[in-house]
Amino acid sequence: MKYIDEYRDKKAVDFLIKEIKKITQHNWTIMEICGGQTHTILKYGIEDLLPESINLIHGPGCPVCVTPLEMIDKAVMIASQKNVIFTSYGDMLRVPGSKCDLLSVKAQGGDVRIVYSPLDALKIAEENPLKEVVFFAVGFETTAPPNAMAVHEAKRRQINNFSIICSHVLVPPALKAIISSKYSKIQAVLAAGHVCTVMGYEDYEVIAESFKIPIIVTGFEPLDIIEGVFMAIGQLETGKYIVENQYSRSVRKEGNIHAKKILIETFDIVDRQWRGIGVIASSGLKLKPEFDMYDAEKKFQLENVSIKESELCIAGEILQGFKKPTECRAFATLCKPDNPLGAPMVSSEGACAAYYHYKKS
Amino acid sequence: MEEKQNKNGQEFALTCPIPISEYDTITIAHGGGGTLMHQLIQKMFLSQFDNPYINLQHDGAILEFENKKIAFSTDTYVVQPIFFPGGDIGELSVYGTVNDLAMCGAKPRFISLGFVLEEGLKVEELWRIVLSIQKAAKRCGVKIVTGDTKVVERGKADKIFINTTGVGEIISEISPFNCKVGDDIIISGDIGEHGIAIMAARGGLNFETSIKSDTAPLNHLIEKLLRNSQNIHVLRDPTRGGVASTLNEIAESANVGIEIYEDKLPIGDQVRAACEILGFDPLYVANEGKFIAFVDPNDSEKILQIIQSDPLGKNAQIIGKVVANHKKTVIMKTSIGSNRIVDMISGEQLPRIC
Repeated sequence: MKYIDEYRDKKAVDFLIKEIKKITQHNWTIMEICGGQTHTILKYGIEDLLPESINLIHGPGCPVCVTPLEMIDKAVMIASQKNVIFTSYGDMLRVPGSKCDLLSVKAQGGDVRIVYSPLDALKIAEENPLKEVVFFAVGFETTAPPNAMAVHEAKRRQINNFSIICSHVLVPPALKAIISSKYSKIQAVLAAGHVCTVMGYEDYEVIAESFKIPIIVTGFEPLDIIEGVFMAIGQLETGKYIVENQYSRSVRKEGNIHAKKILIETFDIVDRQWRGIGVIASSGLKLKPEFDMYDAEKKFQLENVSIKESELCIAGEILQGFKKPTECRAFATLCKPDNPLGAPMVSSEGACAAYYHYKKS
Repeated sequence: MEEKQNKNGQEFALTCPIPISEYDTITIAHGGGGTLMHQLIQKMFLSQFDNPYINLQHDGAILEFENKKIAFSTDTYVVQPIFFPGGDIGELSVYGTVNDLAMCGAKPRFISLGFVLEEGLKVEELWRIVLSIQKAAKRCGVKIVTGDTKVVERGKADKIFINTTGVGEIISEISPFNCKVGDDIIISGDIGEHGIAIMAARGGLNFETSIKSDTAPLNHLIEKLLRNSQNIHVLRDPTRGGVASTLNEIAESANVGIEIYEDKLPIGDQVRAACEILGFDPLYVANEGKFIAFVDPNDSEKILQIIQSDPLGKNAQIIGKVVANHKKTVIMKTSIGSNRIVDMISGEQLPRIC
């Protein structure tokens, strides 16, 4: 299949692995940001192909994983209401809140529906004018533009029974926070190609320069990741620290101008709680006041709900790359995909679920 | 009373209280063919109905009367929509049970038919389903010999549910325990078509596809195989939970390791594309007209040729092998040369965010 097979080509993989082995002289620790990249690394056993001196650690880039517990609980509270049709991307349904997940709300009679786009949720709102239709707007800079679009469309078409739980987060502030930590072992970063497709990579140049670490904008196929590692090692071994673009088939330095414009028009940047990590300054998006009527937290008066995380789950340390999932004492014993204690065990992009499915030990 | 610990460390009594603690209500994931459903079957059903026939955990039971062996199987069909590209609930309910009997090594003979009809179902739709059942039964060479009809109030069912139960004569007894180290594993054709066709027909996908369900009766092809080879050890149709769940079930019950090769898996381009977009793994997507055969490696080429010469098996492939190491685990050799575990899924696959 075009755009797929060439990036899973064994000959090309073998060649690059050989080149990586040739240039690697020292031990290096590289963090990939995105859960999609983590998934590929585990699914294709990429760590087993790389020399042992290269340690890949897995970053915070799984939107399901970093959505705070209180947002899940707010979603559960709204979805449990009689007059509500609650819509969400599929993998949010099994994320445990403090009491239950959205699948359980559905099992108890709540109208919870999987959609593939916020515009589908908008259509449901249009078709059900007597119901309140709420969309769970989670994700990074990648899913924010279509969600902004849905809000603009709702306003233009005067669909007033539509609202979103806005739980968007931004990568660069989180990356800065993690690299600044005294526990950080990160020497190079593979940035998320799709986030940079939207936002460009100018912000990352500032980070590379101030922390003196190489950042490679990287794609999601096995060959993308292996090439990203090759480029990172190339810089590390020669003492460079610049931003390089491995994912040039999709990413331009300035990003997608139209998508960035709609983000600025729709959202304000605010401090945001990250599940397991805590509050990171200026790391989230919130609807601007002129879109208040589409803000589900306001509509359902849930702004002041706050909930404490489970103490057993070490998701925070895992999401920051301080620990690997197998170092958690609940991993594959108390915490499994059919009984997750924390979000990284739920989504296919969560590091714990990826380890559980593809590696186990 | 004897007590033991469940995996959460909470105590439960061996017999009385409910032995499943993660959910206090049944969720859709309990019917997904993955570990949650497995748990339901193992802990709730098998523990209570314990006997040698059910303990075989095959697609059907193999019973013996006066030295004559028969296969006996049942299945209930609740597919929605009831008419979908490539089939409908009527023919599916016949083929599904016929295929389960065939997987026991039997020639299906008789089928019962139970309807649960929802008030409001159009008679014209029921008639189309009945005609489809009649045609399917004729194609399979089975007779529908008894039945039952119940009507429930609107909202208590989803248009129509069908149960079929079938019996067949054993041609050659097939059991998951027959699987041997060294066996070649054959899949009879492209995987994942039924699951993706149903998903597209539900209108959940916002892209167009012309994928059709692979719903088909496998009994004639299986009979041909069994009459031509004594070396077929295990047969199974990878329906709900897909190829990955079926292989895991066999690895588990036969206490063997299974190795499969990613680049040998037959997957059509449309299914592959749909799975790439949704973040699904086609190994977990349902099939309704495919089977997996575990066969003696000395006979596998001949068996493969017989399968490939049938229109229902033209894309058949040898996809893997039974191995002595990594018992109860399925390992895939990936297309880039590494190894990874192919696990049993916990519930249904959920489309990812990005």
